[in-house]
Amino acid sequence: MGEADALELRSGSVAADVCEEFPELTLVFAEVAVGSGRTPEEVKLQLRLLSDRFRGAQAIAMRQDAVPQAYRVFYRQVGLDPDAERTPVEATAVKRLLDGAFRSRNLLDDALTIALVETGVPIWAFDADAVDGDLSIRLAAPGERLGRQEQAPPLPSGRMVVADERSPLAVLFGELAPGHGVTDRTRRMVLFSLQVAGVPAIHVEEALWACATVLDAGELRTS
Amino acid sequence: MVELLEHSHPAGTVRQVSPASLPVEIDERAARRSLREQIAKLEQELAAAFVAAYPRSGIDWTVGSRGGPRVLSLGELEQLRDDLAERLHAVRVALGERAEEEAQARALIECMLLEPARYKWVRVTNAHLGLTGCRSWHVRPRFGVIGMLMGWWRVKISSGCPLATGRGGRRGLPVNFSAPHGVVNSHGSP
Repeated sequence: MGEADALELRSGSVAADVCEEFPELTLVFAEVAVGSGRTPEEVKLQLRLLSDRFRGAQAIAMRQDAVPQAYRVFYRQVGLDPDAERTPVEATAVKRLLDGAFRSRNLLDDALTIALVETGVPIWAFDADAVDGDLSIRLAAPGERLGRQEQAPPLPSGRMVVADERSPLAVLFGELAPGHGVTDRTRRMVLFSLQVAGVPAIHVEEALWACATVLDAGELRTS
Repeated sequence: MVELLEHSHPAGTVRQVSPASLPVEIDERAARRSLREQIAKLEQELAAAFVAAYPRSGIDWTVGSRGGPRVLSLGELEQLRDDLAERLHAVRVALGERAEEEAQARALIECMLLEPARYKWVRVTNAHLGLTGCRSWHVRPRFGVIGMLMGWWRVKISSGCPLATGRGGRRGLPVNFSAPHGVVNSHGSP
């Protein structure tokens, strides 16, 4: 049985002050016992097919589609400018137009791209060994840093973050903490996604499942 | 009110309570929810305007926002709502003006086709019509100088963008040759 078949989705907690403001904001995560690595040919082919299906007109009209629009609205509501810091799916669409294709980079990045383009739902990944306990969404406390390393960048108080039980690990829709991302040595990952108002839960599940399936295919191919 | 308060206290322990000193708790939740809904609606309308405006360029869509993801204060939400509303209004005005200009350009093309001699050398491009592509309507004399002297004017319609020639250039032409727009790749009219 592959990782995708055994995927156990869990919901992270959302701090009361964040939940009061965004009652529909949900953090969904799952652990998969696979690492990244080189992308097998089947996944590269999948990316090429996806590139062929994705045109400029779609990129323009994307911001009116329900799921990408939901993320744009959420960006606005949390003080981000979606035209300056593009939502993940729009950033990927622009990159596709500039590069002429969804370029293959590595198994994990390709899996994240496929899941994102297919569903519009962004996914991120941590190295599972660098995560302590369950994930949650909360506001950064004064003096907190992004990650646990000594050189971890400081976080402004009140910044919305994804955290484990010890420290913030990622800024919401932003950078991951140094030392917590997936590397060549990673053997288990924690995939997580953010569901905002207007995004059906089935899309989030589908995104995580699609990502795990691609990772699975790559793992089976290389093992 | 003050008298009433005084009566409720036992004799000798009269306490003056001014309304200003009473703690006031304002429940912002409803206002915040309403503002978030307004922001969502405005963002959706702005997105619809963006899609409708394509391929017109030169329209300012930016609604700036500083800082990372956070819970916005009531003031910030109000400011964002106002900025979005202002931007949407400006975009709609700009699109309205463009639509008028495009209608004028379409009318001009009709006039050019009817009476080319009245619109000598006038050129209207797809950009004037709010369209993509390189098509243009250009009033030119037939047979060059002879046509100019004889008053034989016509509208020449370019059929589209010149074909890409690649790094090697078009066969038989110098590498850096760039065909004049609407000449190599055009079909005369009539």
